[in-house]
Amino acid sequence: MNLSRRKFFINFGKGAGYLALVASLPQMAWAKWNQKAFTATNLDAAIKAKYGELPIVDSKEVNLKAPAIAENGAVVPVKVKSSLADVKSISLFVKDNPSPLTTTLNLGKNSLADIQIRIRMGKTSEVIAIVESGGKLHRASQQVKVTIGGCGG
Amino acid sequence: MATKIKIKVKAKEKKGIVKAKLLVKHPMESGMRKDKAGQLIPIHHLKEVKVDYKGETVFHGEFGTGVSKDPFVAFAFKGTAGDKFTVDAVDSKGNTGNVEVKIK
Repeated sequence: MNLSRRKFFINFGKGAGYLALVASLPQMAWAKWNQKAFTATNLDAAIKAKYGELPIVDSKEVNLKAPAIAENGAVVPVKVKSSLADVKSISLFVKDNPSPLTTTLNLGKNSLADIQIRIRMGKTSEVIAIVESGGKLHRASQQVKVTIGGCGG
Repeated sequence: MATKIKIKVKAKEKKGIVKAKLLVKHPMESGMRKDKAGQLIPIHHLKEVKVDYKGETVFHGEFGTGVSKDPFVAFAFKGTAGDKFTVDAVDSKGNTGNVEVKIK
């Protein structure tokens, strides 16, 4: 009897602790997911919705690595590196996708501009990486050929 | 009822730089695929992933439908081994997931 009473109190304590933890969790402060940019159907509109009128320059300091030929459009590994200082965000656009903006990766001041992600591509298209740094957009692009189904068609 | 998003993370420190690899288990339905009956599968994708280290957001990813199923992301930040960081995720149905990771 004693034992079960003890067990009861231990469990009760655990439950109460858990509840207190859940209640005390601060509301997660999510930045606003950019609905407009993610649902834009052409490249220019997507870039505009994302970054407004910031000037875009082609930059050699943005290093975009993507396969020249991707057999499976559902999984295309892409790497972006940049030697630019103070990188705020990196966005990846696929020009001919139904919605060109695939992802935006926002970085903090202790982060390095060195990311890797797998994206989806509907068909052969240009992949564009835009790096936001110092109030400017730095762009690099690469053509990726997609052979859907991976049968060499 | 919201289900929990499963997140796998590996982080290794080398010369003051932590390289983290993140794998989120998620179907990432684009809303354009059809099932066998020809019905559109409703859109359901990962929206945001936030990584906090020492009270600071070191990585915050916004994902659209153009990200592959079971998204894989690698990123890097300045940190030390033995420290911990947290990863929070939320998807378009409001499901969340979070995990605490120790840097090796």
